[in-house]
Amino acid sequence: MRGRPNLHTKYQFEMGLFPSTTKRVSLVLLGVLALLLPLSALPLFGFLGDAGWMVMINRALIYAIAALGLNLLIGVAGQISLGHAFFMAVGAYTAVVLGGESGRTVWGLGLPMWIWLPAAGVAAALVGIFIAPTAVRVRGLYLAFVTLGLVFVGQFLWRNLGVIAGGPTTGRPWPKLEFALWKGMDPIVSFATDGPLWWWLTPIDWLPWVQIEEMSRHAKTYFFVLFLVIVFGLIAKNLMRTRVGRSWAAIRDRDIAAEVMGVAEAKGKTQAFAISSFYAGLAGAILASVVGRIIPESWNLFFSIEFVVIVLIGGAGTVAGVLMGTFFVVMMPRLVEEATHWLATQVTESGPFAWLGNVIIRSSPDDYLGIVSLEAAGPGLSIFQLNVVLFGVLIIVFLIVEPLGLYGIWIKVRNYWKGWPFTY
Amino acid sequence: MSAPLVEFENVSLSFKGLKALSNINFTVNEDELFAIIGPNGAGKTSAFNCLNGVYKPQEGDIRWRGKSIIGVRPDRIAELGVARTFQNIELFAHMTVLENIMLGRHVRTEVGWLAGGFWLGKAKREEMANRALVEGIIDLLEIQAWRIYPVAMLPYGIQKRVELGRALAMEPELLLLDEPVAGMNLEETEDMARFILDIREELGISMILVEHDMGLVMDIADRVMVLDFGVVIATGTPEVVQRDENVIKAYLGEELDI
Repeated sequence: MRGRPNLHTKYQFEMGLFPSTTKRVSLVLLGVLALLLPLSALPLFGFLGDAGWMVMINRALIYAIAALGLNLLIGVAGQISLGHAFFMAVGAYTAVVLGGESGRTVWGLGLPMWIWLPAAGVAAALVGIFIAPTAVRVRGLYLAFVTLGLVFVGQFLWRNLGVIAGGPTTGRPWPKLEFALWKGMDPIVSFATDGPLWWWLTPIDWLPWVQIEEMSRHAKTYFFVLFLVIVFGLIAKNLMRTRVGRSWAAIRDRDIAAEVMGVAEAKGKTQAFAISSFYAGLAGAILASVVGRIIPESWNLFFSIEFVVIVLIGGAGTVAGVLMGTFFVVMMPRLVEEATHWLATQVTESGPFAWLGNVIIRSSPDDYLGIVSLEAAGPGLSIFQLNVVLFGVLIIVFLIVEPLGLYGIWIKVRNYWKGWPFTY
Repeated sequence: MSAPLVEFENVSLSFKGLKALSNINFTVNEDELFAIIGPNGAGKTSAFNCLNGVYKPQEGDIRWRGKSIIGVRPDRIAELGVARTFQNIELFAHMTVLENIMLGRHVRTEVGWLAGGFWLGKAKREEMANRALVEGIIDLLEIQAWRIYPVAMLPYGIQKRVELGRALAMEPELLLLDEPVAGMNLEETEDMARFILDIREELGISMILVEHDMGLVMDIADRVMVLDFGVVIATGTPEVVQRDENVIKAYLGEELDI
């Protein structure tokens, strides 16, 4: 069957998650790269294993879990929700109440991770089930507004429930990602402290060009969250190719026709809300745990919108697209910053791109050509402001030019090379 | 004798002041092809929507095998064995032909989110068995070449066939066809008529047909009911209805010489 990747002789192969050899091979390659990344063992990209980059990559992976959940709700079931930050907060606060240490002003049961992590997802899912009936009553834009209300109700609650959320300006410390059997016991595996990941794996000497005495906590968090992203990505893909996911997509495309074809609308929407919220709760708990301390104000509308944007920029309704979108949105600020600094060095060193740096960077108040300034308080836009502007511009550009998102761009590129040298 | 498949008894439906259906009475028997005709706005599609449970008539009773289905949710009625195609195609536009027809299997399958999400053996077996069944329907309707395309990009006539396939996938006992050949040319109409007859013959499904193509209706229907402004003006075999004074006056026009 060489050269005919779309020829399937068994349903089993066609219905597989990765139905072509190319896909399977690239998946294995991607897996190897993902394993080498935190060990600073990637050729040319070894710097990605540095703490600064790892923190960001970990954040992207955690966001990916939440975004995969929102994608099930928005991309597959077609229910536009702006309340994702609220569900993440529910998960995070469930985790801290169950797993955190109790103090004079805060509640905490100090239970181990294998209880608080699943409970965070389940609690968020239960709240999702409670919210779902509104989705049966209202549609589209109106549902977006109802869920928007959730975010504000949530922020009011977290600000005023000091025993759960901690102080409004200080928050409270979250339990660490550590696997212990019961409270008070020493963790068997800790993803939050430097040192050996598992005793039989250290020091790592099984790769000749990598010299690592111990594994950083960032690398360990990375492996843990990467595992969860893979598991929940597969679950999302499986849902999309089986009966329940199809019924969600039917509700998205034509709700009345779906009902006439036998899909129970209320049940479908409730399932979608519950499962999506489970993802959100889990991601919220892990995010809070990795960050360590989060103030109630963080679970705000902008946070929700960030996830909607991830889904739209990545490509609604596709798992691969959502993963691309997450990394794009989370890494973009850092890439822009790096690029700006690189341009600045080009100017000072008169490199080949000095002219570009001259056009973009505003070095003094008299420099009217550039708009971006390197110092936060300097003339022109700071890098942070530039990122905010770019974020907005990207949303507009993607919605108008490429509604299918990064995934759509990928499909176009792929089809171009499939047909090359012909145009189709 | 057992109860007829469908009974409408004095069904009346109104939207505010507009009477869409008034005192409709008819029965559809097992293995019958029953046609409903009438000018635009006569209430044909409204009758379908009442039977589907999308609309709830204010008066009267609709019975499925002798049991009232007034107030029953549309998805429950679908489970009973009522399938439908729509006048303006209501396919799931972003799904492929295969997925659309697989969706029709929803009422005849049972795997939930847990088994589906983890792709357990049960889910895998069910998907595979139903996929084989759906391929049978695709063969019957001769849409093999289109199966992996999103339906939104298919030509109109093919979309109509996919819709028919989606309804068949439900293994219905009664099939509601809302203008299956509307906007089709002669050749496509003939194809569709052949599919309808094949389905009747091979699968033994009873049907209610709403159609404006009189040639088709008079050719294939067992009995015809004529609606005008929500009122039944005649019911009977095609020959009887064709000669009915009221029908000629209301529907076909007075100057036509039949």
